Amino acid sequence: MTTPAVGAALPGFLNENLVSILNGLAVGMLLFTMAVGLSLIFGLMDVLNLAHGAIFLLGGYVAYQVIVKEGQSWLVGVAVAVAFGAVAGLALGGILRPIRHRGHLDQALLTFGLAFVLADLATIFWGSDFQSIPSPVFLQRSVEVLGQFYPAYRLAVMGVGFALAVVVYLVVERTQVGAVLRAAVEDRAMVSALGINVGRVMLAVLALGTALAAFGGVIGAPILSLSPGVDAEVLILALIVIVIGGLGSIPGAFVGAIVIGQVQSLGIALVPQAAPFALFGAMVIVLAVRPEGLFGSR
Amino acid sequence: MIEPLLDIHGLRAGYRRSVVLQRVDLAVQEGQVVALLGRNGVGKTTLVHAIMGLVQPSAGSIRFGGQELSGRTPDQISRGGIALVPQGRRIFSRLSVEENLRLAHRSRDGRHDLDSVYELLPRLYERRRHRGRQLSGGEQQMLAIGRALLANARLVLFDEPSEGLAPKAVDQIAGLIAGLREHGLSALLVEQNLHVALSLADAVTVMTKGEIVYRATADVFRADPETARAFLGVG
Repeated sequence: MTTPAVGAALPGFLNENLVSILNGLAVGMLLFTMAVGLSLIFGLMDVLNLAHGAIFLLGGYVAYQVIVKEGQSWLVGVAVAVAFGAVAGLALGGILRPIRHRGHLDQALLTFGLAFVLADLATIFWGSDFQSIPSPVFLQRSVEVLGQFYPAYRLAVMGVGFALAVVVYLVVERTQVGAVLRAAVEDRAMVSALGINVGRVMLAVLALGTALAAFGGVIGAPILSLSPGVDAEVLILALIVIVIGGLGSIPGAFVGAIVIGQVQSLGIALVPQAAPFALFGAMVIVLAVRPEGLFGSR
Repeated sequence: MIEPLLDIHGLRAGYRRSVVLQRVDLAVQEGQVVALLGRNGVGKTTLVHAIMGLVQPSAGSIRFGGQELSGRTPDQISRGGIALVPQGRRIFSRLSVEENLRLAHRSRDGRHDLDSVYELLPRLYERRRHRGRQLSGGEQQMLAIGRALLANARLVLFDEPSEGLAPKAVDQIAGLIAGLREHGLSALLVEQNLHVALSLADAVTVMTKGEIVYRATADVFRADPETARAFLGVG
């Protein structure tokens, strides 16, 4: 018997772990919808929104209500949940306003408290059982990927997450609105001295970020199931993602999400014993080598 | 007598625990360049920030074009017709030159647009795709001034425009401001370089410890070197 050539080893590895890798990508893209808003809000407003996970979960529940309970289409469910997320962001902006000059701790306590309230409200309305939204009918099938069958819905989640990453990147890097945002991250006071209402820009980013989190909750619902505790779980994962990627960086959030998705899925499939600490291990390794995160600048 | 373009009375302002401006009275007439001189730390930048709305006054009034500015936000004041060329230039280092300029171009119906600024500052046109951080100090200052021009403001606040620049760049910037002055610029010019300040100003005010202690026309000030020595510690 001959040892397989290196060229053959890779396809072998891919064959055995394809499903884990794809699952990792799907989870990674879900995390990106959470992390990108969290990161933008932190970069621009210097606020770490710990209620972001609760808005993710509530977005999922709102869509569950619309799609499963009311029997509406997926499109309507997504639209209502995204609108809910945006309104939640605007409300959060109003709640944060009186303490905008205080430190991180006050803001963290406020958003953390809000997260508890929102999660409890969700339990009152939707109970503590697992709830799920069936994926759209046209995606309820499997597709052959490199010789193996894989759920079409998860591939769609990957596609949507990837498209979202490209759109957000282009808007921030290539448009006038994006230029205002980048400038405000660097020197908020100077942007306002140029005649731009920075408060309004921040509110818009907050609403956009929370709308994306709610959207993530909807497209995540068929994969993760909705239940109390999911909010904290995705929040922690998203926080690890932006710490790894670099706070405020969109490419960082994207790469961080892919890394954490793979650690969560492929890493645990390969080294199950490492499951309890693989996530934090990944974070510690990145921070030890690059304390500012992979794409961070400060 | 017509009301000055900028008219400050009894202004008191500062930061959380310290009052920097005690009682400032200052006026800039339409078409006039007023130099504000004084040693480091006497409150010149705080005054500029108070006019721009970046520091909230605790007493007194700032009237601009007949309207009270106290209590307004910087973006409202900017849209009302005051532009700032800040100390340290504060251009956006990660944005391209052109992005920096477009950000500042709010009103479309003024004397300056992107083309006219590039015409006035051809160096910026050459470097329009470069990031702010890739520019030399002199180029950054040109960009800061270009930004202020694009606001099409009625009054420009220059805070130490020659600070930290090579002598050649200082001459360029001074020449640029002199050219703007010939086109009727109204400005408050904070400047440590006495030579530059006197070459550009119609009137001179001197500040010590949060108060204006001297005001005269530039001609009178030039003829009175004792004053300069007394207040500024220079000859």
